[in-house]
Amino acid sequence: MKNYDLVIVGGGPAGLAAAEAARKNGIENMIILERDKELGGILNQCIHNGFGLHTFKEELTGPEYAQRFIDRVKELEIPYKLNTMVLDISRDKKVTIMNREEGLQELQARSVILAMGCRERPRGALNIPGFRPAGIYSAGTAQRLVNMEGFMPGREVVILGSGDIGLIMARRMTLEGAKVKVVAELMPYSGGLKRNIVQCLDDFGIPLKLSHTVIDIDGKERVKGITLAQVDGKGKPIPGTEEYYSCDTLLLSVGLIPENELSKEAGVELSPVTSGPVVNESLETNIPGVFACGNVLHVHDLVDFVSEEAAAAGKNAARYVLEAADMDSAEKEVPIVPTGGVRYTVPSHIRIDKMEEQLKVRFRVGAVYSGCYVSVYLDEERILHRKRPVMAPGEMEEILLKKQQIREHEGLARITVKIEEA
Amino acid sequence: MYDVVIIGAGVSGTASARALSAYDLKICVVEKGEDVCCGTSKANSAIVHAGYDAKPGSLMAKLNVRGNKMMPQVAKELDVPFNPCGSLVVCREEEDQELLQELYDQGIANGVEGLKILNREETHAMEPNLADEVTAALWAPSAGVICPFLLNIAYAENACENGVEFRFDTEVQEIEKIDGGYRLLTENGPLETKVVVNAAGVHADRFHNMVSADHIHITPRRGDYCLLDKTAGDLVSRTIFQLPGKYGKGVLVSPTVHGNIIVGPTAIEQEDREATATTRDGLDQVISKSARSVKNIPIRQVITSFAGLRAHEDGGEFIIEELKDAKGFVDCAGIESPGLASSPAVGEYVKEIVVNILRPVQKADYKAERKGILDPKTLSTEERNALIKENPAYGNIICRCEKVTEGEILDAIHRPLGARSLDGVKRRTRAGMGRCQSGFCSPRTMEILARELDLDMSEITKCGRGSGLIVGKNKEI
Repeated sequence: MKNYDLVIVGGGPAGLAAAEAARKNGIENMIILERDKELGGILNQCIHNGFGLHTFKEELTGPEYAQRFIDRVKELEIPYKLNTMVLDISRDKKVTIMNREEGLQELQARSVILAMGCRERPRGALNIPGFRPAGIYSAGTAQRLVNMEGFMPGREVVILGSGDIGLIMARRMTLEGAKVKVVAELMPYSGGLKRNIVQCLDDFGIPLKLSHTVIDIDGKERVKGITLAQVDGKGKPIPGTEEYYSCDTLLLSVGLIPENELSKEAGVELSPVTSGPVVNESLETNIPGVFACGNVLHVHDLVDFVSEEAAAAGKNAARYVLEAADMDSAEKEVPIVPTGGVRYTVPSHIRIDKMEEQLKVRFRVGAVYSGCYVSVYLDEERILHRKRPVMAPGEMEEILLKKQQIREHEGLARITVKIEEA
Repeated sequence: MYDVVIIGAGVSGTASARALSAYDLKICVVEKGEDVCCGTSKANSAIVHAGYDAKPGSLMAKLNVRGNKMMPQVAKELDVPFNPCGSLVVCREEEDQELLQELYDQGIANGVEGLKILNREETHAMEPNLADEVTAALWAPSAGVICPFLLNIAYAENACENGVEFRFDTEVQEIEKIDGGYRLLTENGPLETKVVVNAAGVHADRFHNMVSADHIHITPRRGDYCLLDKTAGDLVSRTIFQLPGKYGKGVLVSPTVHGNIIVGPTAIEQEDREATATTRDGLDQVISKSARSVKNIPIRQVITSFAGLRAHEDGGEFIIEELKDAKGFVDCAGIESPGLASSPAVGEYVKEIVVNILRPVQKADYKAERKGILDPKTLSTEERNALIKENPAYGNIICRCEKVTEGEILDAIHRPLGARSLDGVKRRTRAGMGRCQSGFCSPRTMEILARELDLDMSEITKCGRGSGLIVGKNKEI
């Protein structure tokens, strides 16, 4: 069995950035495991631009952004395996892989970075009634077919879900010759970035119906039409508001779920809110030496923040491997409690002595807040009260914790992050 | 001229084909779908019922109990997964426990073995997740769960290997009596045969009524189901029934043979024989009624829902007989529940009727065994690596949720009556049945189908004609 100081599961933007950081921080014996035929992950099919505004101050396409990191990985001569599926990660960090050339193999890792990304929620998970015809695609699957294989899944399209993938696909399908009739969104607000509403729907005259959902799918062999209905405050369809749209394609952009089957089987504790691992200030899970970053940890909106988060994970993995004893904390963990509109934070708890001088805490709110404040408390002491013009569930937020300031608060029991109206 | 033409490649038609293929007969199965198992046989509870439900003395009861007895051996011969987990009919505190006793007595009269009525403690000890209001249960250890697709496919492959011809995309439109038999007019031309076996599911009455003045009538009874993720798998270990009602056995909660949990069905009568759509009301009924027998069902872990149409004949009985006013025409009609459980016995019963008509010679070289698609996960690591070395396709995972390799998909395509569509691959290998419901693997499976069948991507379908997946190339539509 081959031994590695670090095994990175996933060669997408998170895995690539983590690999670069781990190497630059001293890890030599490492490997990236990627199941697709090339590195780059989901970015390979995101051919629209808008990536890298923060990281490179440029507007790159997905493949271009990925290539910047692939080039770094190659320059640093970091080994990777393609077409290799990880089948299992054991609690003691044995990683079971499979590919055509080597068959089934076991690798023993001293540390692991989970960077598997996320998958899409399918029609079945929403229990949408109706027939089960051809022509129903999750937006990401359609994106792969269109952008990487060059095939059109349909001619007349209805899209359910105004998250970024749904919005991007509304534009893409239109550019490739299809007619997108409507985008329906269950919530009274869109789940995607504001700029995507403008650039993908408004610019193409595609109507957006908020507080609407699909209540029936017509067509036994192939989609013939979709029935939309308006929903009430509880998401229940309002009788009498039904509208039939004839179409041959339904694209679903109805939620991304971190892909944590492997994590669960390894014994990693998951957050019921994010479905991603619960991590400390070092992005380390409950299993020492197992770290997580990117969409597998929590679904991101901007790849720049994925790269930033992954770099932190890579750096911390290196610290774990090279300074093993250093990773054990002498102090009690301090929880970061999300409340009052904040759905979750990453990390969810910190070991003060293991913090960097500044720690970025990322979070999402559960509703749209206008003219409200992000407040951070150390026990009862409010240390941050920042006004934000708009906060929405579709845009990840962040605050910075300063180690110095935390140290000054003796006997700290909890850190609270909440939204306040005044 | 054929000796036997069987209309319908569902579980009844293919079980009959298999049984008849042991004889020196020219047999053809005609099926309007693109594959076997395209009708109700692919959308049911997958239960091998013990046989206490059916009325004593009925053909249903006789064939259910016989089929149940035959199933373990048949599953072994055909290499089909079968789990003899047993079933519980639970009785709630507000219900009449006498009804359990009636089922018990019915079961005894039908020849069901091992039946026992359990008290509250015994019932809850067996299944801790039962609703608190459950006070007693009828325990039937001889019940089980099977894979309905693999059973249907296995019957067909075995029949095919023993010489039965299959014609797909061949809908029968008219049946005429001719000298010495029947002429079936199909969309692909006529077929002449001495004997017809009418195993046409929800359409069986239409064909019966073409040749007989003594009409039968089938009403499709829709059953909606929800399927839960394998993570919900240990909710119950046995099939949990409720007390039966006017329209059938009621909503059940059961493990599937693959480790999912299935919940359902409804029993909603409808006119349309092709409307396999679920409805909001149907799914809501499944969810609310299932809670009466099992508590804390994790409905949020539903990965898909579907519906099947039971072929309920007005008499509520299996009709398996040569018609008096249409000699050589053998009905295998009204096969609603317990059709799947009865299928080995149904096949045997049809065979006996046909053999009695045609008096054929038995084949010396009839092969009863059939090997299923090799699942590398059942091999040891060494065996698996030897397999991959010999055939690297077994080292290439296509469906990540169910861990299905390219090797299995290639086997599914190239074996007798091989898959030619996404659903055909799905039913044979489980690729696409996992929690992402083919979101990840469908483009890859489509590519493999196109390559192996030498087809254009735009010719690849989900389930046969009319269900194309790709309409063209970018910017060309």
